[in-house]
Amino acid sequence: MYVAVKGGERAIENAHRLLAHERRGDRDVAEVSLAQISEQLSLGVDRVMTEGSLYDRELAALAIKQARGDMIEAIFLVRAFRATLPRFGATEPVDTGKMEVRRRISATFKDIPGGQILGPTFDYTHRLLDPQLAEGAVPEWPATSEAPSTAMPRVTDILGRDGLIEPAPRADADTPVGDLTREPLSFPADRDLRLQNLARADEGFLLALGYSSQRGYGRNHPFAGEIRLGEVEVEFLAEDVGFAVPLGPITLTECQMVNQFKGSATEAPCFTRGYGLAFGHSERKTMSMALVDRTLRARELGEEVLAPAQDEEFVMSHSDNVQATGFVEHLKLPHYVDFQSELGLLRKLRKEFGDNAQGSPPMQEAAE
Amino acid sequence: MTTFAELPAGFADKVLSAQTTFRSVMDAMARPGSVHCITSAAGTPPGMMRGTAAIALTLFDHDTPLWLDPRMSEASEVAKWLKFHTSAPVVSDPSICSFALIANAEELPELDRFSFGTNEYPDRSTTLILQVESLREGLAFELRGPGIDGTAVLQARIEPLDLFARLAINAALFPRGIDVVLVADDAIVAIPRTTRLVAEGD
Amino acid sequence: MNAPTYNFAYLDEQTKRMIRRAILKAIAIPGYQVPFASREMPMPYGWGTGGVQVTAAILGHDDVLKVISDDTTNAISIRKFFAKTAGVATTTSTADATVIQTRHRIPESTLHAGQVLVYQVPIPEPLRFLEPRETETRRMHALGEYGLMHVKLYEDIARFGHIATSYAYPVKVNARYVMDPSPTPKFDNPKMDNCAALQLFGAGREKRIYAIPPHTSVVSLDFEDHPFTRYRFDAPCALCGADESYLDEIVTDDKGGRMFVCSDTDYCETRQSQGHRGSESAAPHKERAHG
Repeated sequence: MYVAVKGGERAIENAHRLLAHERRGDRDVAEVSLAQISEQLSLGVDRVMTEGSLYDRELAALAIKQARGDMIEAIFLVRAFRATLPRFGATEPVDTGKMEVRRRISATFKDIPGGQILGPTFDYTHRLLDPQLAEGAVPEWPATSEAPSTAMPRVTDILGRDGLIEPAPRADADTPVGDLTREPLSFPADRDLRLQNLARADEGFLLALGYSSQRGYGRNHPFAGEIRLGEVEVEFLAEDVGFAVPLGPITLTECQMVNQFKGSATEAPCFTRGYGLAFGHSERKTMSMALVDRTLRARELGEEVLAPAQDEEFVMSHSDNVQATGFVEHLKLPHYVDFQSELGLLRKLRKEFGDNAQGSPPMQEAAE
Repeated sequence: MTTFAELPAGFADKVLSAQTTFRSVMDAMARPGSVHCITSAAGTPPGMMRGTAAIALTLFDHDTPLWLDPRMSEASEVAKWLKFHTSAPVVSDPSICSFALIANAEELPELDRFSFGTNEYPDRSTTLILQVESLREGLAFELRGPGIDGTAVLQARIEPLDLFARLAINAALFPRGIDVVLVADDAIVAIPRTTRLVAEGD
Repeated sequence: MNAPTYNFAYLDEQTKRMIRRAILKAIAIPGYQVPFASREMPMPYGWGTGGVQVTAAILGHDDVLKVISDDTTNAISIRKFFAKTAGVATTTSTADATVIQTRHRIPESTLHAGQVLVYQVPIPEPLRFLEPRETETRRMHALGEYGLMHVKLYEDIARFGHIATSYAYPVKVNARYVMDPSPTPKFDNPKMDNCAALQLFGAGREKRIYAIPPHTSVVSLDFEDHPFTRYRFDAPCALCGADESYLDEIVTDDKGGRMFVCSDTDYCETRQSQGHRGSESAAPHKERAHG
């Protein structure tokens, strides 16, 4: 006799137990600590904080451990946690001009005030697997010297002084900054919401879109005006004391792209901007973000929208990897009811096809 | 002058009361013309009925601009109470408000001063909270529309006397429209923009 | 690290307020998709977060919750979520439930006025696969311009002889908005019309809430010369003998053996407890139009 499938609850409990066991792996192997993840897999932690939209290294490290190294799963954990946190308000805008810079480069000028500072970068390494890193390698201490006292003005400000680059697009000071986590997104979206969307966006998606724009899909001749990495102070305006209270430093990476010049009948041509900002040390992310920020400005700069990277609705609707993975992976859920409907329809159509092939009239619908 | 400490309290149990009040408003909106009783207790400032206070504590917050009619605005404790318990911004332009609180129903402004939403976003419209005399006795209003099985009769003493005539604009403008919640002490009745008056009598 | 504490039914009060306001406007504008700022929930987008947020916003201590399909892993997971975060009583009995959250089915037994049916919706926009741009579809809804949908349905008729949509079959609500009923089989569409219960629809990933008030007209799109018909396997349920219920096909062996049983297990078990029995034999592969 057929007995309907039951016991789903026990199956889920056992699945969770098995998952926890596999997550731990071989119990004779030392358990990885959150400090180890934060220190030695720090770029992973930076990505989880950025796309999780929450600056907390310990929580991001925990998420990576709980997710067994699956970054999008970790980002999901952080976002879900973030959704439960109470909001006090928005901080003052951070001033990256006052950053304690650890790395700062520009591709547009050979030398700039403050100099080119390579910092900790993979850029000039040879990508040769290093077996010495397998265990026990103790790296040398870095060379040190006096910190230079020269100011580090932004390259874009240098260009701006001569009017060579458009001023940073200014939003109306009275309009509150949009927040797509609190209001549903509608199109067309203003730049504040676009940048927020891009900051939270999947790095791979933005990378591909940025790459496509370089290969001609919405090309705008980008140059890396400046990339800087370092610590900035975050401040919060406490209403009852009437001034901004410092909350502490966070690490940020900022990228300013300088793009194709524009002009109109009434305005002289000048360079245009693309902007990227991320938590931690995230160059690929900020560079891709800056490229896509610029391509999405097509509408406001009067450029024809032809390429995916310029299509605001396409980019912003598909950039969130938590949403994307949810929907892609939901196909694993039982769909037998709708599949049943399709099966029924298909059988009917196939029968009619067969009847027609044999020359018999199509079956009359016995509608009631 | 009332200090914050002396202001009437909000809900004793915020979570539970907001949920039960919401269910009453939801059921009222889903079944127009039916009377629902708000059971959650809250302090109410003078000038504000119990039902209005409960709805305010349940639905208003930082994101819902409010418009208060002159009588509500004049009751100084109302504005303070609303600010303290809901943080809802009070605006002087009724065309941008999410909710309008009307204490002097007789002097209800012309409906076109409020927001009817747009055809693309008909949800971005004002909900009127109208304090009236009674929702249990008075004239008989026969209503039909979504939520009503056939017709429903609402017995009420409502001002302005031509409220339903004014609401007829909802039929012409649909999907844009104004949604109304009538409050009489702790009783509420909802009239969404889809409700139509069939007949009115004694 | 501090362990996070969660609010009743998980959502914070500010989020509940936002969803509650959206629900009220949805009820006032039957079939119109109200945008809302969907939150990240502890289960993935696409797994019912919209339905979960709607249920979480309306649920109270006195409610009794049923989640369809009761014994599948997804429904169990959601039911446990609410049992844990709201302490609410849960049931598999349709008759005993006050809030029913569903994915893909409407219960066979008639719902009553004390009940709310909350649907999980993956793609709320009925025109989405005909027009991917939200700016365009919003305009079509604003103007009540549904020509694109009618053309698609008529093209199906031209190609196949019928409308080739078997689930998520579009309906017109209150003679105004075209709406996606969620991926329920079209067999279930008539149950939405003039229903005594309130029907709420939540799409978490797409961030839309919509509603059908009780006793509201819901009409499946069709043409005069090709009226809407429901289809169901031409067989009674193998367990309880019902010939009016939607059936699931169970593959019993790898030689083509099959049997058909009621999709609604509560309905089937209730019938069995009342003495109804089926044949427990495989049914023929024939489909019959059902009135």
